[in-house]
Amino acid sequence: MRTPVTLMCAAAALGLVATAAQPAMAQTKQLTLCWAAWDPANALVELSKDFTAKSGIGMKFEFVPWTSYADRFLNELNSKGKLCDLIIGDSQWIGGAAENGHYVKLNDFFKREGITMDDFMPATVTGYSEWPKKTPNYWALPAMGDAIGWTYRKDWFSRPDIKAAFQQKAGRELVPPKTWDELKEVASFFQGREIDGRKVYGAYIYTERGSEGITMGVTNALYAFGFKYEDPNKPYSMQGFVNSADAVKGLEFYKQLYECCTAPGMTNAYMQEGLDAFKSGQVAMQMNFFAFFPGLHKDPNVGGDKIGFFVNPMQKERGTQLGGQGISVVAYSERRDDALQYIKWFAQPDVQKKWWSLGGYSCHKAVLNDPNFPKSAPFAADFLTSMGMVKDFWAEPSYATLLLDMQKRMHDYVIANQGTAQQALDLLIRDWTKVFKDDGKI
Amino acid sequence: MTHTSSLHALARRAGAATPPAFAARVRGLSDRAVAWLFITPTIVLLLAINVFPLIWTIRLSFTNYRANRPNAPLRWVGLENYTSILSDPDVWHAMQTTAHFVVWSIALQVLLGFGLALLINRQFRGHGFWTTVILLPMMLSPAVVGNFWTFLFQPQTGLFNTIVAVLAGRDPSSFQMIGDVALAPWAIVLVDTWMWTPYVMLICLAGLRSIPDDLYEAAEVDRAGPWRRFWSITLPMVLPFLMLAVLFRGIENFKMFDMVNLLTSGGPGSTTEVASITLKREAFEKWRTGYSSAFAVILFVTVFGLANIYVKVLNGVKQR
Repeated sequence: MRTPVTLMCAAAALGLVATAAQPAMAQTKQLTLCWAAWDPANALVELSKDFTAKSGIGMKFEFVPWTSYADRFLNELNSKGKLCDLIIGDSQWIGGAAENGHYVKLNDFFKREGITMDDFMPATVTGYSEWPKKTPNYWALPAMGDAIGWTYRKDWFSRPDIKAAFQQKAGRELVPPKTWDELKEVASFFQGREIDGRKVYGAYIYTERGSEGITMGVTNALYAFGFKYEDPNKPYSMQGFVNSADAVKGLEFYKQLYECCTAPGMTNAYMQEGLDAFKSGQVAMQMNFFAFFPGLHKDPNVGGDKIGFFVNPMQKERGTQLGGQGISVVAYSERRDDALQYIKWFAQPDVQKKWWSLGGYSCHKAVLNDPNFPKSAPFAADFLTSMGMVKDFWAEPSYATLLLDMQKRMHDYVIANQGTAQQALDLLIRDWTKVFKDDGKI
Repeated sequence: MTHTSSLHALARRAGAATPPAFAARVRGLSDRAVAWLFITPTIVLLLAINVFPLIWTIRLSFTNYRANRPNAPLRWVGLENYTSILSDPDVWHAMQTTAHFVVWSIALQVLLGFGLALLINRQFRGHGFWTTVILLPMMLSPAVVGNFWTFLFQPQTGLFNTIVAVLAGRDPSSFQMIGDVALAPWAIVLVDTWMWTPYVMLICLAGLRSIPDDLYEAAEVDRAGPWRRFWSITLPMVLPFLMLAVLFRGIENFKMFDMVNLLTSGGPGSTTEVASITLKREAFEKWRTGYSSAFAVILFVTVFGLANIYVKVLNGVKQR
């Protein structure tokens, strides 16, 4: 008799707890937002507290390191996982996510809520929201504007002894470089130099093999030298554009820069290694995404007056690699309405202003077109300039294959010293042509 | 006594509580049926998690399926994936890299592992302590090993570079173990050898301990010297164990992924891109599921075939 009585008591208790918990559960609605683990993500956590306070919807965050960010979340989307209600996905994912139904199309929602893409910087709308590109089909709200920029040791650049030595060597003043030739000249000047009893190196550039690093680095030189992904008049026709004489020069230049002016062992280095190299006082100049610049500016050792910023140098033309992401609602989310509510809240000009003040890079014109914006941070003006000259990698559904092909060809040539720049780019065209043929694009 | 009688009472009560019909049914089962009853869950599990995925993979290998495009039409491509893989120079390069890694790491592990086993097999002061120290590397996770060797190989601050530099009288940053095309393939061999030599040592030690002492005593009576005893007794008796170690390490290293991925990501360029890294990139980064299934089948058949031939040789050695 004891067992049924105990069971009945337990069941009654469970029923009471469940009944009591019902109203509480209704109040604790929660959204999960997925993104990369980096400085701006911390700012978003802070910002989102306002959303929770206003809506009563709790926010949970799933942040993954950059090196496994694409793997982790593309797997999640491809398996129709319900982990993420909202996702801040990389710009190149937009084609695949739209065509495979991973993201909710936002056009009707934008129309209903009075959100217009005219309020956002055009480059970010094209880069983060549209698929197909240049068509008014929106799959994300521009969330985090970003591009490649450069930091330099302002304190070293302004030291009289170093300035004099550079003047003597180069016959010109030591200032942040405007062209890639100048950048290499400055980098080789610093390479191996002793500063405050320490050996320092010229420049930090991306060389990572596993995910997207070397592509995100080398394209900055390629764009400036004249590389194009395709014939503007004949889509997917790459011959003479990807492997043009200018593109070959750009690739050769990046290799020369790697060989002459980087620290030993930087054969597989991306964002974090760059930050480490700069923060430890190892390099004079660092290539990295603008997203890291607020944190670097606050760094007690190399920040403040010691750090300066400049836009990606030009050569034949201007161009810099687009970073950044849009925020999307995952189609498999069971809390779609709440997720849309978050996007509506996030799109408000006041929220966007606060986003920028906390360390996020807003794409909203209310922030960027504010006359005070260029002076709002030491890197703000350069950010604006950079966003006006960004170019992005393919955003096709097969972007991952295209990216891995480029990673291989670039690393083989630049780091492993295999073949020539011309061969690397010719092979890249062969790889990409195969992908587009498989996709039925050509 | 009290305990035994209470157990008997418990058994009687359990027997009485068992429904007679069921008891009769169980009693009526043959030994064979009972055996099947016991192994069926395991067989079902094996079919579900081993055999079914294998058959499914083989099926997918003849299609153009991509897991990231579930809505795309599935097309039967026959042997296209197989011919494409077997004629791809990048795949052959990955196979060569794998072969280099497997052959050299096993050769070194056998040599060092056997040597260590011979040393550890002797009784000396601190024997237990040194055995534990030697076994430590194989207890670590390959992910941890990959990560910390990355730091050890760091040209400016890495311990490995510093030690080599001191011994060779060179600047530590004058060479890059994982960034240099010539050195990187050896760097992965070195790390794998460091990690798995203790494993080979353990197996060899088991072989050495299984040799009857009277064989050595008889050899001594015949005035056989140490070399003669080694070549005529120790090595032949340990050989089956050694070959077993080679088999285990060979299979493991053929599908090596984690340590190499963390150490070099297959770089510089594609210098250390072993077959499993290529497979992972094709399957889970490029999402060419059909193609990567074909590649997986080729790798499986290769390992399975080689292992079978090897086991036959091993059995021959044992019978000798």
